[in-house]
Amino acid sequence: MELKPILEAVLFSAQKPLSLKEIRDVFAGAPEHAEGEESARRLKRVKEDELKAALEELAREHEQGGHSFRLACVAGSWQFVTQPEYAPWLKALVGHKARPPRLSQPALETLAIIAYRQPVTRAELEQVRGVAVDGVMQTLLERGLVEQAGRAEVVGRPMTYGTTPGFLEYFGLRSLEDLPAADELRRVAAQKPEGLATVDPGLATAPPEQLALPTETTKPEGEPQ
Amino acid sequence: MAEYKVKFEVFEGPLDLLLYLIKKEEVDIYQVNLTRLAGQFIEYIETMRMLDLELAGEFLVMAATLMHIKSRELLPVDQQAQAQDEDAGEDPRWELIRQLVEYKKFKDAAAQLQVLEARQENVFPRTPARLEFASETPSRCEASIFDLVSAVNAVLQRFGQRAEQREIFEDKWTVADRIQHLMRVLGEQARMKFSELFAGAASRSEIVATFLALLELIRLKQVAATQEEPFGEIVVYKTETLHG
Repeated sequence: MELKPILEAVLFSAQKPLSLKEIRDVFAGAPEHAEGEESARRLKRVKEDELKAALEELAREHEQGGHSFRLACVAGSWQFVTQPEYAPWLKALVGHKARPPRLSQPALETLAIIAYRQPVTRAELEQVRGVAVDGVMQTLLERGLVEQAGRAEVVGRPMTYGTTPGFLEYFGLRSLEDLPAADELRRVAAQKPEGLATVDPGLATAPPEQLALPTETTKPEGEPQ
Repeated sequence: MAEYKVKFEVFEGPLDLLLYLIKKEEVDIYQVNLTRLAGQFIEYIETMRMLDLELAGEFLVMAATLMHIKSRELLPVDQQAQAQDEDAGEDPRWELIRQLVEYKKFKDAAAQLQVLEARQENVFPRTPARLEFASETPSRCEASIFDLVSAVNAVLQRFGQRAEQREIFEDKWTVADRIQHLMRVLGEQARMKFSELFAGAASRSEIVATFLALLELIRLKQVAATQEEPFGEIVVYKTETLHG
């Protein structure tokens, strides 16, 4: 028997999301329940890498099959979940999910910075947002979306913050790698363009060359698109 | 007469307001005319003052930065501070634009998180009901006290003869604690193998406490221990789970 259908059956009957380790334990325990079934013994010591590859493929197959449910990996654990478009009927069936109220805009912004820049201090957060973050941090800590991650090795050894597994669950993310545009936002190094267009043409002095207002024809090099 | 202060909620901070003004200009952040922006920013702050809105200190700091940028550019070219080379930190214009670009990116990222948040509200996990397995093993018989003792003996073998010479510690493991632990574990997992109960044990005293807890629970009929075949692995489960 192949790995994929076995995984499908296991996850279909699982009472909770299963991590790779838990799935491996299932495979390790299977032979003692197998009466002469050779594949249970063969797959007894299946590696986590193989499981992961098979799960990915299974998830892809479900995705391509256009089913009403898919195989999702959230915070490293696998589970079958329904597609969001079927929510009205499921809400009628089982009720709304018990979730705290949605996060405010400032909370989401602060959370985004923590998620991409962790571990990060309050001072760094305030520097990016340009405003104090005390109230917002309180909310995020209380909701278990962020936690203290340690202390920064700078003067005063300020506390640093990072996201929790609860953060991944709340947003349905597999891991921090799964954050949208993760590479770009981790450490943004904005490219300084050659010319900064900041001078009003009407000012008393002619703008210095490097400050000249770029025209359509002479765009500064290295300008971001 | 009491003065009424209204907290202005639309813009969370000065960067927020600047981005809004840039958006209104319909230009790229890198192309924005900071001197014009400074004018608009101050105008906006004036309006807020006129309406007697409480103004966060950060707005005033930003206004000062913008005025600084504007004033530099009013100087004739030869009197301006020499344009700094690669050391971008010196140039307040570049510093501000960099900050705006960075903030804008995180604002966009926050918007994407918001989409994920809303989506996740509508995603329902499959949670099958607990399946009934009782009929699967009809030939079970209860494990006797002797079976249990020999099983725990096997577990204790793991810790060998080290017990001869040792320091005496305060007993970390109490039977009461272990009873609670067992009830919790069996609540989550319905059935457990005898050996699994001791899988995480680190000391003899922990094993002994767990074992005593198990015996107590069996006596109280909270838990049952069965064996599928003579000398087979003993399985422990909570009694209600079979009836309920």
